[in-house]
Amino acid sequence: MKKELIQLRVNGRTHELAIAPNALLLDVLRQELQLTGTKRGCDDSSCGACTVLVDGVAMMSCTMLAASCEGQEITTIEGVSEHGSLTALQKSFGDCGGAQCGYCTPGFIMTVQSLLAENPDPSEADIRAALSSNLCRCTGYQQMYEAVRAAVAAERQAAAGAGQ
Amino acid sequence: MTDFSTIGKSTAMVDAARKTTGAGKYTDDFSVPGMLIGKILHSPYPHARIRRIDTSRAEAVEGVKAVVVGQDAPNPYGILPVGHDEHALTFDKVRYVGDNVACVVAVSEAIAEKALELIDVDYELLPAYFDPEESMKAQTDLIRDDKPGNVEKQYHHVFGDPEKGFAEADQVMEARFLANEVTHAAMEPHCTLASFELDPHTGRPGRLTVWSSTQVPYYLQHKLSLVLEMPMSQIRVIKPLVGGGFGGKSEVIPLEIIAAVAARKAQAPVKITYTREEVFWAHRGRPRSIIDLKTGVKNDGRITAVQARVVQDGGAYCSYGVVTILYSGALLGALYDIPNIQFDGYRVLTNKPACGAMRGHGTVNVRFAFESLLDELAGKIGMDPSEIRCRNLLQPPCITVNGLRVQSYGLPECIEKTIERSGWKQRKGHLPAGRGLGMACSHYVSGAANSIIRSDMPHSTVNIKIDRDGGVVVYTGASDIGQGSDTMTAQIAAEVLGCSLSRVRIIAADTDLTPIDIGSYSSRVTFMAGNATLLAAEEVKKRIAAAAAKKMNCAVEELDFRGDLVVKKGSVPRAVETDQAEVTHAGASASGRVEGQILRGSLQQKRQEELPNDWMTFEEAVVAAIDFQGTLTGTGSYAPPQEARGGKHHGAGVGPSPAYSYSAQVAEVSVDEETGEVTVHKIWAAHDCGRALNPVSVEGQVIGSVWMGMGQALTEELIWKDGVLMNPGLLEYRTPSSVESPEIEPILVESVDPEGPFGAKECSEGSLAATIPAIANAIYDAVGVRLHESPFTPERVLAALRAKKHAKALNLTEGVDPTAPKSFREHGGSLSYRGKGAKRHALDAFRSEAPAPAGGAE
Repeated sequence: MKKELIQLRVNGRTHELAIAPNALLLDVLRQELQLTGTKRGCDDSSCGACTVLVDGVAMMSCTMLAASCEGQEITTIEGVSEHGSLTALQKSFGDCGGAQCGYCTPGFIMTVQSLLAENPDPSEADIRAALSSNLCRCTGYQQMYEAVRAAVAAERQAAAGAGQ
Repeated sequence: MTDFSTIGKSTAMVDAARKTTGAGKYTDDFSVPGMLIGKILHSPYPHARIRRIDTSRAEAVEGVKAVVVGQDAPNPYGILPVGHDEHALTFDKVRYVGDNVACVVAVSEAIAEKALELIDVDYELLPAYFDPEESMKAQTDLIRDDKPGNVEKQYHHVFGDPEKGFAEADQVMEARFLANEVTHAAMEPHCTLASFELDPHTGRPGRLTVWSSTQVPYYLQHKLSLVLEMPMSQIRVIKPLVGGGFGGKSEVIPLEIIAAVAARKAQAPVKITYTREEVFWAHRGRPRSIIDLKTGVKNDGRITAVQARVVQDGGAYCSYGVVTILYSGALLGALYDIPNIQFDGYRVLTNKPACGAMRGHGTVNVRFAFESLLDELAGKIGMDPSEIRCRNLLQPPCITVNGLRVQSYGLPECIEKTIERSGWKQRKGHLPAGRGLGMACSHYVSGAANSIIRSDMPHSTVNIKIDRDGGVVVYTGASDIGQGSDTMTAQIAAEVLGCSLSRVRIIAADTDLTPIDIGSYSSRVTFMAGNATLLAAEEVKKRIAAAAAKKMNCAVEELDFRGDLVVKKGSVPRAVETDQAEVTHAGASASGRVEGQILRGSLQQKRQEELPNDWMTFEEAVVAAIDFQGTLTGTGSYAPPQEARGGKHHGAGVGPSPAYSYSAQVAEVSVDEETGEVTVHKIWAAHDCGRALNPVSVEGQVIGSVWMGMGQALTEELIWKDGVLMNPGLLEYRTPSSVESPEIEPILVESVDPEGPFGAKECSEGSLAATIPAIANAIYDAVGVRLHESPFTPERVLAALRAKKHAKALNLTEGVDPTAPKSFREHGGSLSYRGKGAKRHALDAFRSEAPAPAGGAE
């Protein structure tokens, strides 16, 4: 298939890429840009391991054409950490046992990022509903809820501290 | 309680940041220059002879570098020495839909996929077997010629005098249970990257490096050596991060061998990554099991005898099958005190993907049957289900009737705590209609006492190197697959050496660098690799202590290793006085006195002589030890003691373990009698882990096991139609999502095993098995039906409710649903079929005696 030249904006950087029109966003991220933090767990948007943010919305990159994302701002897990440090959410996922094998973790982090952007103080039901788009086989999700709650609390504390 | 500095405190895994930032590399994240992509051609038929394979058209495709077939690597292999029945690519017959026939390697995945379609295979179809009991009747067209009756292996064990036991019983119950097939569904699809390097002396391809998503790097190295006819020393296996295993990566999976064979033929590095559908075909999950169980009890609750006949639908290859069937019998023992046991086990070949080891290997389905029947017996003799379990406790230390040695035994405390936390005594029997509580127990080995390859070699070895920089490097072959074994290793080393966790660096699971460890399976790593780490750390510590004692002019026994310091007992170092937190937390940087001076040992020692002689920093002590004795290394090995290796009977090698974990659980469920839907509200799970080295991880393992057991209890099931898997996708297979996952309350019980590292035992598998019967028993408590077939789908629950309502005996395990037509039943499929009139099964509660009127609508 003849390749096309596209511009893809990922994690605040613009990349010029020659890709096949049928290339999936996941494959382009992983193979062309070496952003391997985004994972493939299935092939049919069942599992959410490939979740990235497209203009702030959590999307599964395994069933999106890369070419369709031109002009949009894509954020992958590599674009999440703040000033070279772990975000409160990343830290709490580690502390609370929200990540065991870690394979689904980037997808969950992206999903939660998008949840918290919309709803900074989610209820237990909100968290469960948001997380239901992603599958994990290790944790039974419980320690992830704890991680999200801990992250929300930490952010709130930090905000309160900054406000003083 | 002993005062520990590192263990027993919840800590983030040492690789947590790599996981939460996406920086950590899993096998599929690696690429090497010139790498080709391999795609495998799978059989579309369940059983067929291969007459001819023509690869010429595929080879002609631009971009295809090689097409590999079975003849390229004809040596058989298998995980068990008694089961070398697999080939990288099959060449005589295909034995299941998905069997591996050929592999195309090309410059891109798209080209390889296109070329696959151009391979012509001429098949001669053979009759296929999908049901184990049918398969056992086969006379011709056997799946393997050397296995008459398609029986891979059978065992008949008698311990004590079961006949006498049943005669003594006041109540004897018999029932058939059926547990359908489940699979691991780890989030990371299997992946292998194989690359040869050129030998400078011969100029030809020499050493092979394989990166693979494996739980068992050492076994992979061994099997690659067999198939490729290369010395093991020429093969390096590296296990990067692994995205979950649960047993699915605990043996050599076809792609691991195929990638290496393909790399050799294509003369270039080859990576193969399974699609999700291929992962389901690779399988090695928990076999569908038919269990005929008979248990006798006295009116006082004491179990007098157990008889179990287990038939496992093993799929087309041996895999771990011999071990699985043995576990299903052996682990009838070591949970309760059962004086008489008869076990008849059959591992049967069928034309489906091979079953193997899955979390709770071998014990889970039998435990479902046993705990369900015990619950029923408790009802018969009018005893509380928790009480009957307490009446049958072991009296450790002891050796069970089938030769299993039990030392630490936290089961009584597990039962007590779950009852207390769940409010069992107050709430059981007083819940609203449709809601119920159920209890069950389980246990598991902390590592198999006998390795797969019978030998006296250590099961785990760990090396520790400490150099003048004060860094502690631990080399372990143990495979972290997400359970946190690297963190466990670091914690044990840090605890022994009294240093901070940040000082410890783990180099793991690389056969070139790390000593042999037989892998992450049978929940062996904490116990065995943990013990090896403990010994290695103690050896280095001894040498550091000798040097420090000499420096401080005191006896070795007077020294304490703590907070990155070596301290004479009773004295308080200045650094600790000023800033305790800084010292313990920041580790290396806090030792202050030797900033940048470590390499100039003598200078530093000179300085030190001027200082008080009652404490040293860890670095100073290390430098002193190196100055006195040279290189500072320690090695520790672990092999299970002879007394823990089991009896002498045929098959006695499987089941023995140096220690067993214990679990007791209570499940609270509600059942919708209209829809048959079961909702689990909460599970209380007490687990005896010996000692919780990292409590947050132990709790995570317990929650994860219980959750996975709940999946098998309610939704997970592989559904087959004529040997074709109907649900090879993560949504169709239905692992529970976050909205279906209840609260699980883990309760850690620490029985402190006399041989475990700091008393620790396994925590990752033992809890799974109790969940299924706990839910089954809770369903009975809620709506009064006994479900003998898992998973307890709405269809099965409704069928049972229907049978109860019409007061007809409905044996739900005769086929899947006897009310469904045979073509539905054979593949474990739908129960929603509603036949008409006489078409209904003889046992169907809705069947009318008179045949339906011709042409009449029902």
